[in-house]
Amino acid sequence: MAKRVGMEVAIAVAEAVGQCNIDMAAVYPITPQSHIGEHLSDLVADGRIDAEFITVESEHSAISAVIGASGTGARVYTATSSQGLMLMHEILPIASAMRLPIVMGIANRAVSGPLNILNDHSDTMPQRDSGWISIFVENGQEAIDMTIQSFKIAEHKDVNLPICVNIDGFQLTHMVESVEFPDQEMVNKFLPPREPFATLHPSKPLTMGAFAMADYFTEIMKAKNEALKNSKKVILAVWEEWARMFGRTYKPVEAYKTDGAETLVLTMGSMGETAEMAIDELRAEGLSVGLVKLRLWRPFPFAEIRDVLKNAKKVLVTDRAVSFGGPGGPVFSEIKSALYNERVRPAIYNYIIGLGGRDVPVTDFVSMIKKVVQDAGENADTYEFLGVRE
Amino acid sequence: MNIVENFDLFAPRLINKKELISAGHRACQGCGEVLAVRLMCKALGENTVIASATGCMEIISSMYPTTAWEVPWIHVAFENAAAVASGVESGLKSLRRKGKIADSDVKVVGMAGDGGTMDIGLQALSGAMERGHDMLFVCFDNEAYMNTGIQRSSGTPMGASTTTAPAGKVSMGQKTWKKNVAEIMVAHNIPYVATACPSYPLDFINKVEKAKKIKGPSYIHCFTVCPTGWRCGSDQTISLGRLAIETGIFPLYEVENGRYKLSAEMPKKLRPIKDYFKSQGRYRHLTEDQVKMIQDGVNREYKKLLNKVKCLEAWT
Repeated sequence: MAKRVGMEVAIAVAEAVGQCNIDMAAVYPITPQSHIGEHLSDLVADGRIDAEFITVESEHSAISAVIGASGTGARVYTATSSQGLMLMHEILPIASAMRLPIVMGIANRAVSGPLNILNDHSDTMPQRDSGWISIFVENGQEAIDMTIQSFKIAEHKDVNLPICVNIDGFQLTHMVESVEFPDQEMVNKFLPPREPFATLHPSKPLTMGAFAMADYFTEIMKAKNEALKNSKKVILAVWEEWARMFGRTYKPVEAYKTDGAETLVLTMGSMGETAEMAIDELRAEGLSVGLVKLRLWRPFPFAEIRDVLKNAKKVLVTDRAVSFGGPGGPVFSEIKSALYNERVRPAIYNYIIGLGGRDVPVTDFVSMIKKVVQDAGENADTYEFLGVRE
Repeated sequence: MNIVENFDLFAPRLINKKELISAGHRACQGCGEVLAVRLMCKALGENTVIASATGCMEIISSMYPTTAWEVPWIHVAFENAAAVASGVESGLKSLRRKGKIADSDVKVVGMAGDGGTMDIGLQALSGAMERGHDMLFVCFDNEAYMNTGIQRSSGTPMGASTTTAPAGKVSMGQKTWKKNVAEIMVAHNIPYVATACPSYPLDFINKVEKAKKIKGPSYIHCFTVCPTGWRCGSDQTISLGRLAIETGIFPLYEVENGRYKLSAEMPKKLRPIKDYFKSQGRYRHLTEDQVKMIQDGVNREYKKLLNKVKCLEAWT
């Protein structure tokens, strides 16, 4: 039977990993990820799961070790945050080029400097082009569900790609929430053992991570891009299966009160629930507003985004990272490029919010949205740092 | 030594005939490193998985879509061969324990050059050794970044000229003593550390076989001549390797559970290092005073090593 408990989300993520019959995990401590690694090592120490837990000496070695283990055919997990993710950066595109189904939890945290341990998305954005599937969760339940789903998606024979589950640091990882763990028997049914495409074993010698020059490199890059694009079919199918088995539905783009809304707000991650409250308030005031929550960051859901935004007059995109010297936040540029070929396009506004743990309460969402609703068009296509002191 | 002189008689019976790194790879003529890799593979046998760092041995052997490897082999990046090897070891261990793969002994081996071991890979190596994985790590040390064009590393010896520590009007080339990574590995209290050189193939093979049998971490520092980088003849690979040992600039020894033992190949009396220097372009600029300074350093280090051998003999 599925059980409902109150639990810190980071610990719940480790519990979810524990339900997935992993063979090996390598995790290096970093705030606010540490509780995931600590609790995973508890699960191993108490004999609740049969896995090797490698206390690596850096995140660089964490990702390297899970690549090695994944190469043997093992089901592997790692988790990190911020500077740790930046240290892994070099190895991330190698993991995807080697088509290894690694699952990684990211407790999203601001990147230094200055040093900051609190939440934003500046750690995960520089990893965008690494060839990993990247999803964002909004609450503890999604963190559990998507962690379990990730193994199935990554290991699917048509995918074989690494996947990262973005969980907002502190705002989510350190919250105690009411969550429901799926029944273990059902998880076993949903997630059968990994069937690796190739393994490092003397029974069948093979070479992994070969060297390729100009004559093959382009083809390998195109193959990786196609694999990532194609993974969307599997992601959708896995979410459908999840809905059938566990009753919770997931979509690449979630719409909240968007019907007939003239102005839409777009969020990624835990801010979605705060924005929902603002939408409820503004709808009560009679404003025609709605909310779009982007869950799937890579592969980017172009069709779904176009569809949900097609009737809006204005779109307010929130970003939790800066593309310095660029066109605004990274989500903003993506949404703009998704809409470029549409004949009728909404005016797009960009707010950079919640950097380095800066709180964004419902009142901030309300005032942001009102400002956009009232704007006659002169501030469209610009970006603003919300509440910045200058 | 007799053993080496009678090599032709012993070799067919003692050495695994199967080639696990096949011919047709792209190594330079006279490459000491690929010779050492070949011997290592013979000693390891087929039940081996190798994790290799980026470097000469990686690019010469794995040009897609070809491969020279007849054993399972993985390359990820430059600095992480030891971390990848530790992951391979953990993965195999877990899968074996859970009955997902056959329960057979497979030795996991990490390999890298001097840069990948002594500089950029030192942290990953230290971590893997400290964690006690059942793996062998072999450093193939040709004393500079040869793959990128002979730049100095912490393995480059005092006085050698490289492309980033060149000899010049006011420079003698490398101004620092070679980092002693074998000693750093000894300080990790791992069961087995050895130095070796393919110019003494039986000694090297014996050391690899010993390391293979150990359940736990082991480290071999293998000295490999690089004619391209050292600016010497490609026919001098074997003789220069022997001179490095005979002059004591790279002594052969083993440290088993902390106990030092000089290898049988070490001569009673060392030859002067100038015998070793004279045919190498990288040392050609050195003055007599500089050679003497380096000779004093070699004598000092060798004495330290002999003292450790004696001291630990008395102690154990």
